[in-house]
Amino acid sequence: MKALQRVTAATVIGFLALLGGGYQVLAQIKIGSVLSVTGPASFLGDPEKKTLEIYVDEINAKGGVNGQKLQLVVYDDGGNADNARTFATRLVEEDKIVAMVGGSTTGSTLAMIPIFEDAKIPFISLAGAIQIIQPVRSWVFKTPHTDKMACEKIFADLKARNLTTIALISGTGAFGKSMRDQCVAVAPSSGIKIAIEESYGPRDSDMTPQLTNIKNKAGVLAVVNPGFGQGPAIVTRNYRQLGITLPLYQSHGVASKQFIELAGPAAEGVRLPAAALLIADKLPANDPQKPVVVDYARTYQQKTGQAVSTFGGHAYDGLMILLEAMKRAKTADPVKVRAEIEKTKGYIGTGGIVNMSPTDHMGLDLSAFRMLEIKGGDWTLIPGT
Amino acid sequence: MAELLQFVFSGLTVGAIYALVALGFTLIYKASDIINFAQGEFVMLGGMITVFAAIAGVPLPLAALLAVIATTAIGLALHRFAIAPARGASPVALIMITIGASIFLRGTAQIIFDRRFHSLPSLFGNDPIQFGGAAILPQSLVVLASATVIVILLWLFIDRTFLGKAVIATAANRLAARLIGIDTRRIVDLSFALSAAIGAIAGVVITPIALTSYDVGTLLALKGFAAAMLGGIGSAPGAVVGGLLIGMFEALAAGYLSSNYKDAVAFLIILVVLIFIPQGLFGRAKIERV
Amino acid sequence: MTLRTLLGHRLLPALVVAAIVVALPWFFPSTYYYRIGALVFMFALAVVGLNLLMGFAGQVSLGHAGFVGIGAYSVAIGPVHLGLPSWLCLFAGAVLSGAVAFLVGRPILRLKGHYLAVATLGFGLLVAIVLTNEAGLTGGPDGMSVPRLTLFSWTVRGTETWYWIAGATFVGGFVVAANLMESPTGRALQAIHDSEIAALVLGVDVARKKLAVFVISAIYASMAGSYLALFNGHVTPDVAGFLRSIELVAMVVLGGMGSIIGSLVGSALLVVLPQALTIFHQYEQTVLGLILMVFMIFLRRGIVPSLAAALAGPRK
Repeated sequence: MKALQRVTAATVIGFLALLGGGYQVLAQIKIGSVLSVTGPASFLGDPEKKTLEIYVDEINAKGGVNGQKLQLVVYDDGGNADNARTFATRLVEEDKIVAMVGGSTTGSTLAMIPIFEDAKIPFISLAGAIQIIQPVRSWVFKTPHTDKMACEKIFADLKARNLTTIALISGTGAFGKSMRDQCVAVAPSSGIKIAIEESYGPRDSDMTPQLTNIKNKAGVLAVVNPGFGQGPAIVTRNYRQLGITLPLYQSHGVASKQFIELAGPAAEGVRLPAAALLIADKLPANDPQKPVVVDYARTYQQKTGQAVSTFGGHAYDGLMILLEAMKRAKTADPVKVRAEIEKTKGYIGTGGIVNMSPTDHMGLDLSAFRMLEIKGGDWTLIPGT
Repeated sequence: MAELLQFVFSGLTVGAIYALVALGFTLIYKASDIINFAQGEFVMLGGMITVFAAIAGVPLPLAALLAVIATTAIGLALHRFAIAPARGASPVALIMITIGASIFLRGTAQIIFDRRFHSLPSLFGNDPIQFGGAAILPQSLVVLASATVIVILLWLFIDRTFLGKAVIATAANRLAARLIGIDTRRIVDLSFALSAAIGAIAGVVITPIALTSYDVGTLLALKGFAAAMLGGIGSAPGAVVGGLLIGMFEALAAGYLSSNYKDAVAFLIILVVLIFIPQGLFGRAKIERV
Repeated sequence: MTLRTLLGHRLLPALVVAAIVVALPWFFPSTYYYRIGALVFMFALAVVGLNLLMGFAGQVSLGHAGFVGIGAYSVAIGPVHLGLPSWLCLFAGAVLSGAVAFLVGRPILRLKGHYLAVATLGFGLLVAIVLTNEAGLTGGPDGMSVPRLTLFSWTVRGTETWYWIAGATFVGGFVVAANLMESPTGRALQAIHDSEIAALVLGVDVARKKLAVFVISAIYASMAGSYLALFNGHVTPDVAGFLRSIELVAMVVLGGMGSIIGSLVGSALLVVLPQALTIFHQYEQTVLGLILMVFMIFLRRGIVPSLAAALAGPRK
């Protein structure tokens, strides 16, 4: 029986640890994480895991927090919400973590929330949907911008350019669907009319039928593509193939250099909302986020050899917000830490400047998003956004 | 009218992809009655190996050649080490083996390569060809041409060479084929190797359009298989026609009905074909009924 | 009484399983283990059903997770959208799954071998697609939350409670399956497995028996799905996905096709191993694929039958 063997092994190891670990007087601060490192959401989980590991090591090298070292326990849920829940239970019961930074996808986050609420452990989620923090749950926070904010930012730009009738083409995956729902919900109050909607599967290789329908719809002035992964790159290519010249807006889900590579010359002129992290080097010198994002981008690039990703940035913010809260509380006690997380004010992160409150467990406003345009194969910041 | 033409072009583009995958299924089935669920992974390997060889500095044509050779070797190994030792196993067992192989290849590709998406440059550039108010990418024509060439080559092989006839003989009656001196094991080796090669070539020409990543194999295999079933599994021209038809249905569904259920088209077709015409459009009615 | 006869006695496996269910918690230091145990029994329930289909009737289903999905979403959609009590939805889900299996199985079970595999594959994928797309009903790709099960004003909560429920249901399902094997239908099934033509000649109504097993296996799967959904409190379309179907088949194969207690072994292996080997998580797919291949090539009977044969000594 596996269970018996595990228990025996654990007991033996436990005794050995007690005997041999005597010199470690202070316990370590155990931080847990359940991320989608493999599977369909590895786009998210992989940079998140790397970021957490890099920075926990770095902080431990500098002496840890409150004189204690950090210990990171990461599990991979493979993009499956049920697995996430099992690992969450394990983190709480077996590993006895004091705080959790993780949950790459909305699905896995929602599945894990009850576990952490019951255990009274602060949970900083790295997923995008607004339902995570609305309604506000006292133990749940999140760092990424909500998809609702992305829609609002895009719509604001559309309004400014007088492009008030649009087409929506979204991916049917969780990210695209969630953002599409939000866009449809906020369109009326933003003064935007959605004239036609199309969708595509996350693994589709050709979206020309859908784009043809959009091209033939009268009155459409711009196209918005909530989506994630390879879909938006193919949509963008097909866009050019069909010779559609209307302005194209992508979502913050494609915010990585790879999108530009994959979409090729078709990406020229595409606009999207993104965190300052993406244009770290191009930020004006007096931008408050500049030091943080430049440092993170450089560190990540150096340690992993890969270009920086906003999702990794969310993990960075989550970890730092947690640790700052621990420092202010002068303890790792979950109840006190939770109270301090809620009091986060003026934290400058990769995603923006965070000001939380009892009614706002995310703390970002629209200014945290910058409007970018792709020019000459690179991001450029649109001034005044 | 231009709209319909655009849908047709889209259908042809996607359909050609499915056709190439279906051809791989067909060949192995022809020689050994085995449905090889790892066929999709051959396509993935063709694309991914080329991409990573190119990243490592190998010139593109050489990288593609390398990919085809490597994948062919893997196909051969699949037969030699996984299928041949299980000779005499029930169809269930053989299906499970190929599914296991597909999962294994996918899992390993994840580790050896990476989990991101990649592309390859198109053979003739990215400028679409305008025709009748609709636009088609040159690479789509390359995919279509590849499928056609492969079908012709396969036909020539089966019809005109001794080896080809040996394949038919093995498929028709294994024991009889052995009795007249055909090394059936080598024949099936050959069919796996060829299918892997076809899959790899498919991967190389498809990637400029459809992109590639470690897990493109699964959905491609499912759709390709639906195509092979529609055309009549065991019929090479059937595979191509089946692929094009499914691609067409998908494009028309996306254009005229709901783009949400586009994926369901292929799987619905599987069920419909099985219930009403199990032998497919071009196959022979060899399906046992109870 | 030789070991072989002992092992072959009908009720013994059921008693062994019941003993395991009762004894295991002694070794559980925390709720986490209860959770793993509950999951093992719930999956094992689905696997028993699939085993009846694959092991005894010799048919293969590559889309069985579709039925699991129907059961799982019944207890989500019913209470949330229709206001029905969860326990009713559990039964409704089972009935619905059985009905769907009947409708789908009737035309398809005429075919043989890999055709059935493909048909069930298509079915499973269609279910997953519908669950993902009908967001208004199902919550879409992010899924929906599942209200707790209430029985006569008792709200079922707590991992330990679910462990006992899952364990008891599994034992019950086990006994039912074992009885089925000994009944005339069961014997007919074994006959079909060995040779459809011979069974036909003997007057066995092959098509009807196959259909009956398909429906029963769908009901088992549906119940397992409902339990999983109620236990987790949340359900996503993944539950009906292709990979889940393959995992179920792998559990049957590993434990032993035709061995009901093997269902428990297979389920335990595939639930516990990923937990035990978390450091190697990125190799999980590679290892799963390798295990499938190795078992189907060398250990085709699966773990339990092979063990039983080994213990009973060489045949003369």
